[in-house]
Amino acid sequence: MNIVMLVFQAGLRDLTRNRWIAAYMLGFLLIAEGLFWFGGTGPQVALSLLNVVLLVVPLVALIFGTIHVYASREFVELLLAQPVPRRQLFIGQFLGLALPLSGAFAVGAGIPFAWHAGAGTGGGALLALFTAGVALSVCFAAVATWIALSTDDRLKGVGLALGVWLATTVVYDGLVLGASAAFSEYSLERPLLALMAGNPVDLARVLVLTQLDVSALMGYTGALFERTFGTGIGTTVAVATLLAWCAAPLALAARRFQRRDF
Amino acid sequence: MIDATNLRKRFGALEVLHDVSVGIRTGAVTALVGPNGSGKTTLIKIVLGLARADAGVFSVNGQPADEAGAYRRHIGYMPQAARFPENLRVRDVLELVRALRPDAPRDEELISAFRLALEMDKLVGTLSGGTRQKVNAAIAFLFRPSLLILDEPTAGLDPIASGILKDKIRQLRGEGRSVLITSHILTELEELADDVAFLCDGHLRFSGSVAALLERTGERRLEAAIAALMRSERARTADPLPESVGPLGWLPVEVEPS
Amino acid sequence: MTGRSVAIAIVASLAAYAAPLAAADLTVGAGGAYRTITSAVAAARDGDRIIINAGTWREATIVITAPNVTVEGRGWPVLDGQGARGVLIVAADDVTVRGLVVTNTGVSTLDDRAGIRVRDARRCLIEHNRVRDNLFGIYLQRSADCVVRDNDISAHGLSQTTSGNGIHLWYSPGARVENNHISGQRDGIYFEFSTGGVTTGNVSEHSQRYGLHFMFSDSCHYERNVFRENTSGVAVMYSHGVVISHNRFEHSWGAAAYGLLLKEILGGEIRGNTFTGNSTGLFIEGSSHLAIADNDFLQNGWAAKVLASAEDDHFTGNRFAGNAFDVSTNSRTANSTFDGNWWDAYRGYDLNRDGVGDVPFHPVRLFALIVEEHPASLVLLRSPMVGILDAAERVFPVLTPDALVDHHPLMRPPR
Repeated sequence: MNIVMLVFQAGLRDLTRNRWIAAYMLGFLLIAEGLFWFGGTGPQVALSLLNVVLLVVPLVALIFGTIHVYASREFVELLLAQPVPRRQLFIGQFLGLALPLSGAFAVGAGIPFAWHAGAGTGGGALLALFTAGVALSVCFAAVATWIALSTDDRLKGVGLALGVWLATTVVYDGLVLGASAAFSEYSLERPLLALMAGNPVDLARVLVLTQLDVSALMGYTGALFERTFGTGIGTTVAVATLLAWCAAPLALAARRFQRRDF
Repeated sequence: MIDATNLRKRFGALEVLHDVSVGIRTGAVTALVGPNGSGKTTLIKIVLGLARADAGVFSVNGQPADEAGAYRRHIGYMPQAARFPENLRVRDVLELVRALRPDAPRDEELISAFRLALEMDKLVGTLSGGTRQKVNAAIAFLFRPSLLILDEPTAGLDPIASGILKDKIRQLRGEGRSVLITSHILTELEELADDVAFLCDGHLRFSGSVAALLERTGERRLEAAIAALMRSERARTADPLPESVGPLGWLPVEVEPS
Repeated sequence: MTGRSVAIAIVASLAAYAAPLAAADLTVGAGGAYRTITSAVAAARDGDRIIINAGTWREATIVITAPNVTVEGRGWPVLDGQGARGVLIVAADDVTVRGLVVTNTGVSTLDDRAGIRVRDARRCLIEHNRVRDNLFGIYLQRSADCVVRDNDISAHGLSQTTSGNGIHLWYSPGARVENNHISGQRDGIYFEFSTGGVTTGNVSEHSQRYGLHFMFSDSCHYERNVFRENTSGVAVMYSHGVVISHNRFEHSWGAAAYGLLLKEILGGEIRGNTFTGNSTGLFIEGSSHLAIADNDFLQNGWAAKVLASAEDDHFTGNRFAGNAFDVSTNSRTANSTFDGNWWDAYRGYDLNRDGVGDVPFHPVRLFALIVEEHPASLVLLRSPMVGILDAAERVFPVLTPDALVDHHPLMRPPR
């Protein structure tokens, strides 16, 4: 069997038995089911869940991912001493981290929606929410892998991961807000949309909002948002950019893995 | 078995290997010794392809080292302290490494000698350090490698397991295979080693048979001979070894930049 | 006596008065004495009934000048304007038009062509007609006390500039507009200088502009209508004494789209309506002394935008749920009051268990003010950073208008 698949399967088997991953999945399940329990309609639950996804998915992917890659160091060295190419080992190893992470989110949050048969949530909205959650899992798992492969000091690595989380979830948007206030005399729609594409967390948020919270967005941007994200092409571009946000840190991590000394 | 020429490795400002050229004989056990930070682990990692030399070339079994790592088909490696993913069963780990080398010949003798059949369904995270090290050793010997690289192999093993492992090493040598071994226990090396390679501050200071080393230093025991090498090295660099430090004094826990 | 019973009484008494004149039936088409509608109309006298049989009738604009005439279609006769002219004009009092398919006036920029025009005529009754693809559907000018009911009016493929209104009233007081279905016109229902009207049970949707548009029309009532997916929503302007109750305003999206826009309305009642999924549910500008009670604001972008120019408007018993912003305003001063509403964003407690929260609720979020000032910052909607900002502002309110407070927020939804 293919080396990528073998290493991936081992990682998958390890992490599906990991209690933190189980807790993570259970957490999403309880939150989503709890929101339904307290009388939320499907779209309301999806919107509340979006806030959790934007904060928790990057945090868990970064912190858990960094620690996991550090903890796998010795095993990776053992595998590297086998007659296998590094690239294949890396891909298998990364999939073994990213798939359990995104799977735990998708299954945990997905079961309540399946149970309530969507509860009035549009198919597009559900697809956007789960695409966003999975893409953020993969993107930040890649960032975490890159950090752990670049920094031998584990404490520093985890600190860096936390820094990335703060920067992407809070600081970046603060700067955007500051910029939109500082340059409010200019036409800011297009630059701001570009800025949204510059941060995967924002991109994921906007992607979901165009499917779920159109009322407010249409009020302001109207045509621009419609043109940019509402159309099939716009959505495709947004999803493609999100994928690029997964690919870029992954490529950096792969390069690091390929070149570094263990 | 291994032919290394002018291997050079630098970590930042620290030059870890200076033009090391060393040959490891086929069918012999070579002890790789030297103080902390002498470059032993770096040399092993370069041979395994875990680290890359800045300069120099080496071949294993006449096959030059390549990016894809095909030459590693000949190598069995036992790292100093193996850590496996905690939630894998022993069986999963063994199956994974077997599947990675599907065409290699098998030698499952250590698995039965260490009675690992009883541990097969346990999660690695629940194993004792000694059992983990047995699994580690079993993996290194699993594919009848023509070159075995053992980094502190008996650390953490009980005397019985340690004895089994040493017998296994002797058996392989008898079959004409090569073994490269590092250990802090010089008496253990003395039992096993045919050759000695001595590294100090990244320089290869001695490479030859144990007999030649004893003759050169005028000592009768390997431990004393190594200590003599150490002293002369310190004297040469005007950094004499303090009286209180015995032959083993320079061998606490291994910490090297990786 | 209500407007409806007055109208019924008038129609009944007129019918009784007309009967002794030995009214005749003039039948057009298959088996009838008349080959054209025009000839039957020319022959019609006070109180006659013109019966039009099935078929397609392409004639010059038909003008009814005899009073108290009934024009009645059998088997949905089609009156076709051939894209060139208005189809039917009522120019006499007490005329009834029913059962017709009126279609294809064509587009003109010179005249306001209408499928059915009522001109300087009182007490008309336009009912059960199918009004298709006309510039204007039913057009009442200077015609008092008319009833327009149960008509199905639609237009397709026209833009705002090449489309007229579905039901258009101009200087036509005392009208009753009931149970019509209007779709795809410029404005679904249009009132100008038409006071005292009652509009109930209509569905107005997919309008190019407003589902309902009225100006300078005092003392009108709007009840139980549905306005949905109209490009700009509903606009009610420059009037006083307006009652808008139990209507549904749904899915009006856009920068200038409002579930209900109130501009310069003096005194009135907005009660029991549902605003769902609009960019802005209720927009109030320069309007005062409004009672806004018992409405549901659900899943709107902005539930209510109340500009500082609105004074003494009182919100009570309303339910706010699932809106991106509950209340927004353009000033730190607040001239309207909120009291005893239910807010899904309220996180207070009720120690004495009287159903009223012990902590006041500030419905204007800091982010709503920021967006009002810097519209582009809306791209940060539902960002975690914005959540932190709002939470901080809730703890230390320094920027949001402190006067805009619900001191008695309800603990349970009122409905």
